Amino acid sequence: MSFFSALIVAVLFSVGVYLLLQRTLSRIILGLALMAHSANLLLMVVGGRAGKAPILGAFGPEDSVADPLPQALALTAIVISFGVISFLLAIAYRSWVLTQDDEVEDDVEDARIAQLGEAEMRRWWSRPK
Amino acid sequence: MSVLLVLPIVLPLLAAALAIIAYNHRTLQRIVAVGALIAVVADSVFLLLAVERDGVQSVQMGGWPAPLGITLVVDMFSALMLVISMVTVLSVLIYAIGQPGVDQDQPVFHPVYLVMTAGVALSFTTGDLFNLFVAYEITLAASYVLITLGGRREQIRSGMTYIIINLLASTLFVVGIAWVYAATGTVNMADLAVKIAQLPSGTQTALSMFLLVVFGIKAAIFPLFFWLPDSYPTARMPVTAVFAGLLTKVGVYSIIRTQTLLFPQHRPSTILLVCAGLTMVIGVLGAIAQNDMKRILSFHIVSQIGYMILGLGLFSVAGVAGTVFFIFHQIPVKTALFLATGLVEQSTGSTALSKVGGMIRRTPLVAALFLLAALSLAGIPPLSGFVGKLGIIQAGLSAGEYAIIGVSLVVSLLTLFSMIKIWNGVFLGTAEDPTLRLAASEGETRLATPLLMRGATVALVGVTLAIALFAGTLFDLSERAAQGLLDPSAYIEKVLG
Amino acid sequence: MTQRRSVILDLCVQAEFHTLLLLSLYLLFAGHNQPGGGFAGGLVASCAFGLRYVAGGSSALSRSISIPATTFLGVGMLFAILTGCVSLLTGHEFLESAIFSADLMVLGTVKTSSVLFFDIGVYLVVLGMSLLLLQQLGGADGTDPDEVQP
Repeated sequence: MSFFSALIVAVLFSVGVYLLLQRTLSRIILGLALMAHSANLLLMVVGGRAGKAPILGAFGPEDSVADPLPQALALTAIVISFGVISFLLAIAYRSWVLTQDDEVEDDVEDARIAQLGEAEMRRWWSRPK
Repeated sequence: MSVLLVLPIVLPLLAAALAIIAYNHRTLQRIVAVGALIAVVADSVFLLLAVERDGVQSVQMGGWPAPLGITLVVDMFSALMLVISMVTVLSVLIYAIGQPGVDQDQPVFHPVYLVMTAGVALSFTTGDLFNLFVAYEITLAASYVLITLGGRREQIRSGMTYIIINLLASTLFVVGIAWVYAATGTVNMADLAVKIAQLPSGTQTALSMFLLVVFGIKAAIFPLFFWLPDSYPTARMPVTAVFAGLLTKVGVYSIIRTQTLLFPQHRPSTILLVCAGLTMVIGVLGAIAQNDMKRILSFHIVSQIGYMILGLGLFSVAGVAGTVFFIFHQIPVKTALFLATGLVEQSTGSTALSKVGGMIRRTPLVAALFLLAALSLAGIPPLSGFVGKLGIIQAGLSAGEYAIIGVSLVVSLLTLFSMIKIWNGVFLGTAEDPTLRLAASEGETRLATPLLMRGATVALVGVTLAIALFAGTLFDLSERAAQGLLDPSAYIEKVLG
Repeated sequence: MTQRRSVILDLCVQAEFHTLLLLSLYLLFAGHNQPGGGFAGGLVASCAFGLRYVAGGSSALSRSISIPATTFLGVGMLFAILTGCVSLLTGHEFLESAIFSADLMVLGTVKTSSVLFFDIGVYLVVLGMSLLLLQQLGGADGTDPDEVQP
């Protein structure tokens, strides 16, 4: 694993995490896309050195052949993340149509329950001793 | 024999293709979907019988030999999961056909539902770590569509959380696979079982914990459960029901599979037991705080996951057998509870405890169905939940893990408490919402739920009763599954030849 | 489309459209031993329809193709899965591939494999998916069928 490609993986991942922690939907999606790229790149990096095309019967035993499996895995992962992220974009668009806003909303019911809990606490502390 | 292993994946996909072609012919879609799922249920029963008779079954996709090609393996554990999940998927499909406005307005419902079924079946049968990732993605991609089906504002909001969390977990899964591949040079699980054992113990622990986090997000164990009670309740009821019953259990299945096959241990694992305890407690406390049937039940999903992890964490045949049986009982029970909730929602238009009331007089059938499933969930003898919990608790006592067993008993009591809370709020008492009272006085027209919805719920509750009735046989099978999990030599030998 | 269409773009797209489709078919058939394949071919075909959309909007798109996109999707899936099943029916493992060669006299010997049929399935799925995307997300001038009131 070369140092440089490992560094790229790390940088992409950390930028992705930073964007994921934002509250704006478009940044979250960009962050996820970067993290997906970084994971795919990691798959390529762990595959070892580049080499000849690994075609059955096209090379002798002494040739250094690239490991085909990580490439296949990365290709699959790329297609999957491409599909899911485009679906996420479609949903984000829908969310924008519905709310005219790009922020991730809070769970209404959850907030309500939290309020109930707080009110309960206040009553408990202010009870006559 | 290889046909039996392939069919649970191929048939739903074929049916999905046909259902897409028949985009605007709802009747045709329904026939294709129900037909395919009935065939898959039959196939999985045959598969269980075959595994029971001949042991582990495996097939190599494309005829490529084991560490190279993709392997499908079915052992006793997979076969049990496959049978019960396919039965559940079929009943929910019938329920969804019965419920007005689920598949009628949504031409994509049937294809997507079938694709999800194929994904679930593939996750249970695959013997390849990367193929497991693909299976997850098939299931999840379909579930993304299902959870946002209809596109209401609330659904989009919660669906977004669900998609983002799951996409993050999938990305971590790819990273995990990359690390596993870097360390061992293979992704075939049987091959991994051999090669991971030769790695230094530090590397083993790192890989094991990383995969535990990945599957922990999917299975919603503490502290990675927070997305579940937020996102599940907003979907349409059949969708919530099938997610509640199945999807987290696929995560638990993967945890059990990887922790036993790839990273075997021979004594109780402290980290799993602690996670299990916290999952149980936080889940049930969360449930107690809620005031809506769907949300209470969603928190209970989390709580019950704790029991499954507890049985696994003991790493004894008795404990894992208890877990296998417990999952086998949980899938239909949890789904049945949500389906019964759906019947309440269908007849009253709400699931809030404050709005609904007095259902026992109006729909005694729904009340009876809910009561049976709820008591089974709480683990009241002689229902199926009792057998599963008893198995896990006995295993815990014999392993000397008294603290966690104490916790699990308290959680069981709290589960009963929150089931009683639903019972008192929804089925006893009177409705506080004036519009609902009006509906009640209008007579039975509004309250009558479609026959198919009731029929599917009755069938699923019947399945849970059957589990209690045949608990002896099923527990024997679970024990054999547990033996196969804790001593995977037969599995490895079958795959690697 | 209310906006005026660009004549240059329109003519270029008209000239390119069929060439692109032909190229996509070439990639599809060349894919077994050379760069290409069902996915790449499908993407090129999608580009052809994408250009139609860019030049003339969704009305031009719907004029250039009359079969519903979902049919492409379904038929593609059917093709891919049935290819796997054929090997199952002939007593081999699921998805096992076979190689055929035929002597077509004037055209010389043609060699192909059952993977080609799987690739055709992938091609159709990719094409169907992209068409669906263009139709659903690219609905022109406010006629988005998904449009809902907040």
